Amino acid sequence: MLRPFELYEPSSVAEASELLARHGDAARLYAGGTELLLAMKEGLIHYDYLVNVKTIPGLTGVRFDADGTLRIGAATPHRAVERDPRVRERFPVIARAERDVANVRVREVGTLGGNLCFAEPHSDPGTLLQIFDAAARIERKGGTREIPVGALFVGPFETCLGPDEILTEVAIPPLPARGAAAYRKFGFLERPSVGVAVAVVLDDGHVADVRIAVGCIGPVPRRMPDAEAVLRGRAIEETHAVLSEAGRLAARAADAVSDLHGSADYKQHLVGVLLRRGFEEALTALAVRERP
Amino acid sequence: MSSAGEAMSAAREIRTAVIVNGVRHDLTVPVSELLIDCLRDRLGLLGVKKSCDVQVCGACTVLLDGRPVSACTLPAFETRGKELRTIEGLADGDMLHPVQEAFVEHGALQCGFCTPGMILATVALLEENPSPTEDEVKHYMRGNICRCTGYKRILEAILAAGRRLAGAPR
Repeated sequence: MLRPFELYEPSSVAEASELLARHGDAARLYAGGTELLLAMKEGLIHYDYLVNVKTIPGLTGVRFDADGTLRIGAATPHRAVERDPRVRERFPVIARAERDVANVRVREVGTLGGNLCFAEPHSDPGTLLQIFDAAARIERKGGTREIPVGALFVGPFETCLGPDEILTEVAIPPLPARGAAAYRKFGFLERPSVGVAVAVVLDDGHVADVRIAVGCIGPVPRRMPDAEAVLRGRAIEETHAVLSEAGRLAARAADAVSDLHGSADYKQHLVGVLLRRGFEEALTALAVRERP
Repeated sequence: MSSAGEAMSAAREIRTAVIVNGVRHDLTVPVSELLIDCLRDRLGLLGVKKSCDVQVCGACTVLLDGRPVSACTLPAFETRGKELRTIEGLADGDMLHPVQEAFVEHGALQCGFCTPGMILATVALLEENPSPTEDEVKHYMRGNICRCTGYKRILEAILAAGRRLAGAPR
C-alpha cells in the first residue's frame, strides 16, 4: 500500500524543474520507482507529489557521438543499456555490469539516472562510471551544468543536485585504444558488499594509465588516486608485486563501514582481492585483443 | 505542453486503458494504486501473489508488453496503453501453455506459491531467447525464488520448455 500522492506528468525538463521549485520537499522526481516506491511503501518517506520524468521526450535512450562517447538518457532502464548491441560491442564492461544489477524485473523498470540519484551506497553504476571519467549532465529551468559522475555523491542517499535540478544524461567517453576495464563485485545479500572497477591503459609494456574506483563499502563510491599512483607507470611484469599495496591503499581510503553486508575488515580484504582480479582481467582482455 | 506561467495540474487518478489477457479494460485508478492490488482486488486475478513486497522474490511477476515486472511495486497507471499477461491468460481453455505443461511434467512445483511468477518469467525468457543455455536460464531466473523445490526441477522444466517451443512449428 502506498499513502496517496498526486502525480505530475511534465513534457519538458524546464516544466519538471519548475514543479520541483514550486513544491520543494513535498515533490520528488519519479522514474522507475524501484527504490523510491519501496521506501514510500515502507513509510520511510512520503511526498505529496511525484513528478514522472518518463513523459519527458529525450530523457530515454542510448546514443553515440562521432568520437565514440556513449550518451545514456537518465530515464533509460538498465535493461535497455544491457541489451543494446552497440553498448555490448563498444562498452562491454558497462553492458555486463548492467546485466548484473539486481534482477530482471528491477532492470526492466529501474533507470540508470534513478539509480545514480537515489545514491544508495550498495550500487554498481556509480562506481563503474567513474573509471570512464563519465560526466553527469544536470539541468534546471534556465541552466545546465556538467560534473564528473563521482561529484554527484555527497553521502548515502544524498547527491549534490539542487532542489530544482534534474540529472538528464550521462556521457561516457571511450577508453583509449589500448585500454580495457573490468568490474568485480561480491556480496551475499540482494545488494553487493563491495564493488571494484578498474581501467588499465597500456603503452609499450607499461601501465600508461590506471583508474580505480571502489563502491558499496563506504558512504559514497569514489576514485582511489593513491592506489592508482602505485600502479601507474609500472612495467606490466612489476604490477603483480605491487597490487597488494594498491589494494591496501584503496581499502584504507574507502571509509569502510561495518553493516549487514559484512564487517569493515572483511570488506577491506575484499577490496584487495577484487582489485587484483579486476586488474588481471583487464590485462588479460588487452593481451587477447593484441594477440598477433 | 503547457506554456510558461500556465500552472500544470497534478492528477489524483488516471484513466487507464489496458489489455489484460486479451481483454480490454478501461479503468480509472488512483495514481498511488499498485498494480498487484488492482489485479487482485479490481480484476479478481488472484494468480499474482504478494510475498516479499520488495521486488526480490518474483512471486508477483506479470508481463507488461511481454516484459517481466513486479506488480508489487509498479503503479497500476503504468499499464496504460499496454498489454498485460498474468498466469490466468496463459492456458487456452483446457490446453495448458507449453511452459505450464513442462512444469507439470517435471514436477517443478511443490506449494505452488512461486509458480505463477516462475512460469511467467520463463515465458518472457523464452520469447526473448528461445534457446537459452543453462547459465542463461540461471541468470535470468535469479530473481525468482522458490523455497520448496531446490530449483533443479524448475531448471529442467525451463530447459525442456525451451526445447519444445524451439522445435515446435510456428
